[in-house]
Amino acid sequence: MTSTDNQPANLNRPEGAQVKREERLAAPNRPTGRPGSSAHPLAAALKDSVIAALLVAVLGFFFFAIRTEIAPGGLDVTTRWMLWIVSILVVFFGRLLIQVFILDEQSRGLKIAVSAALVAALTAIFVINSSPGDRIGSVIFGVLIGLAAVGLVAAFAHFRGNEKAASSIAVPGLGKWLGRALFVFALVLPFFFTYFFPARDRQFIDLAILIMTYIMLGWGLNIVVGLAGLLDLGYVAFYAVGAYSFALLSTHYEFIGFWVALPLAGILAAFWGVILGFPVLRLRGDYLAIVTLAFGEIIRVVLLNWYQFTGGPDGISGIPKPTLFGLEFKRGEGGFADFFGMDYDSIQRFIFLYYIIFVLAILTNIITMRLRKMPIGRAWEALREDEIACRSLGINTTNTKLTAFATGAMFGGFAGSFFATRQGFISPESFTFLESAIILAIVVLGGLGSQIGVVIASVAMIGGIELLRNLDFLQAVFGTGFDPTQYRMLIFGLAMVLIMVWKPRGLVSSREPSAVYKEKKTIGADMVAQGEGH
Amino acid sequence: MTADTAPLLSVSGVETYYGNIVALRGVDIDVQPGEIVTLIGANGAGKSTLMMTICGNPRARAGRIVYDGTDITRMPTHEIMRLGIAQSPEGRRIFPRMTVMENLQMGAQLVDDKHFDDDVRRVFDLFPRLKERQVQRGGTLSGGEQQMLAIGRALMSRPKLLLLDEPSLGLAPLIVRQIFEIIGELNRNEGLTVFLVEQNAFHALKLAHRGHVMVNGAITMSGTGQELLKREEVRAAYLEGGAH
Repeated sequence: MTSTDNQPANLNRPEGAQVKREERLAAPNRPTGRPGSSAHPLAAALKDSVIAALLVAVLGFFFFAIRTEIAPGGLDVTTRWMLWIVSILVVFFGRLLIQVFILDEQSRGLKIAVSAALVAALTAIFVINSSPGDRIGSVIFGVLIGLAAVGLVAAFAHFRGNEKAASSIAVPGLGKWLGRALFVFALVLPFFFTYFFPARDRQFIDLAILIMTYIMLGWGLNIVVGLAGLLDLGYVAFYAVGAYSFALLSTHYEFIGFWVALPLAGILAAFWGVILGFPVLRLRGDYLAIVTLAFGEIIRVVLLNWYQFTGGPDGISGIPKPTLFGLEFKRGEGGFADFFGMDYDSIQRFIFLYYIIFVLAILTNIITMRLRKMPIGRAWEALREDEIACRSLGINTTNTKLTAFATGAMFGGFAGSFFATRQGFISPESFTFLESAIILAIVVLGGLGSQIGVVIASVAMIGGIELLRNLDFLQAVFGTGFDPTQYRMLIFGLAMVLIMVWKPRGLVSSREPSAVYKEKKTIGADMVAQGEGH
Repeated sequence: MTADTAPLLSVSGVETYYGNIVALRGVDIDVQPGEIVTLIGANGAGKSTLMMTICGNPRARAGRIVYDGTDITRMPTHEIMRLGIAQSPEGRRIFPRMTVMENLQMGAQLVDDKHFDDDVRRVFDLFPRLKERQVQRGGTLSGGEQQMLAIGRALMSRPKLLLLDEPSLGLAPLIVRQIFEIIGELNRNEGLTVFLVEQNAFHALKLAHRGHVMVNGAITMSGTGQELLKREEVRAAYLEGGAH
């Protein structure tokens, strides 16, 4: 065979966009970086950085430096020179760093010099901005932040160099161990937080519950989008169906608690999944996406307008809390704490909620992993690859698509009823398109079809949004007038763009095969030799 | 091959349309059990359309398709495939992101799991190349290997009738010869019935027991492979320019 040599190690060859990107990064920068080229190696990098900084200076002038505010009797012009200068410097050094470390690999000395300049500049900015009392603190802070920035770029450059080797050899094993480590951490997480952060444990566990909910939703949607390849922009509809099923059932019938309603909500959501599935069976790609988007909106609008049944914009309140075999998490007689002879603490209910969603999420994962190895799961993956080939292999594509929709919807329904019981109150406002978009972003960023990728992406996205709420330290860089919460979504969007540029197929793009050939007898050398010589 | 045994596949008077455009104008073809029948013709003659019509997509607007005594003209594709027909579709259509093993597994979807190991070994014996590449993703295989995989995948369903749509498409002559040898071997050793659609008339007619020539959606010539190879019209239209 002419085009194939033996390449056993090269199992995950980059393809498509990834190859193009590598070529693009590699191509234009080779000549400038050669030792012995006429210009000084630093000159080109400096020139490039100055241009970038100038661009920011021009563009940012009207956004950062000058600001108009409505004042009594007209507009008031205020200036923010510091913010403007700092943004220019940040871009200048950022660009320089990228040039020296990544685009145009330079000598070690130059790297150190640029890094030192960056650290010095950052420290200077911190010192200028700080009050005279914390000069030493701000010096340390500046050095640390500067080193972190340099380290990040250097690590990125290093990783990029080893990308092929890393993705083909290290990642499968790494993924397994990372998964195990994350599992163990998730298992002990509530106690970790109550022990180490007793003052803020409620906040952290609440955040963990939120992240876990999105992990579960991501895993549910991963079946539809990642495995079966059906782009669903209205996944939140099933989340809403689950939440409203439980809320309506429990408020109308006394005897229906969380544990009875949970399977019912799942079944109802699966049923709606099939209802959505039927009309869209013949659609693929963009067309499917539009219809599912519409479906999500229809569900929300119906919930909003069917006042007699759903309470419309008022929502439904008084949704019962989950119980542990009939034990409620309440103060006094007959409560959970009383039964086990512990002191009552409101954190107990949060820990309980956390374990419910943890178990639900793990269940979702286990079922998905099992299904992937079963004929229906394989059919989902094959459907994503090639629908015509599927049909010619005798796969009933109608049933395959419907089961994918139903299974994904069912997990969405479970998560929805958990959401209802956690909040105690639901209204159509919780089920907007933005939710669908976030869940889809989690799946896409994580890498379509990757389970561990969904976990990483959920932690980064949901945890990241929360983290960005606490960006007060940036005031030290940009001056006290800087309000980081305003830039939260901007930074978030930037991070998403960067991830897509860096890893176009998601954080975890490798996929573990579900089948391996178990050798029963050794094949003689004569058999192997047949494959040679052509 | 005698014509008085009941044919395994019988296509009679089949007409297929794409919208209002006629693709097949009343095609009659019989395939006897244990036979290799080939259909040759130029681009756009309707060869692949006939193949797809047998599989139920697109549907025949007129005529009848009978397989092994069952009328399959109106059956959905996946049910037709369950009757013991396997197809290696045009352009191979292997699953690019799945490994060789997983592709083979997809072929075995309809068969009892207990046969799986034996069937995989059989495919690997036929195509030792695939054994070397078993953990590789389908999309990273060479064209010839992909064709081997497509045939191997079709064989995994233990078919009685194998439909092959242009197995020589885009392959080096050496590989083409190798693949045709294996098809012949399968027919001789296991009695597999093959219906082969080909543009590579020389190889196809040399291999086949009987052949048909299709022009513009209709069969214009029929005969044994050797007869057709000698016919002046066939040589002029399909064999000049050295197809070897």
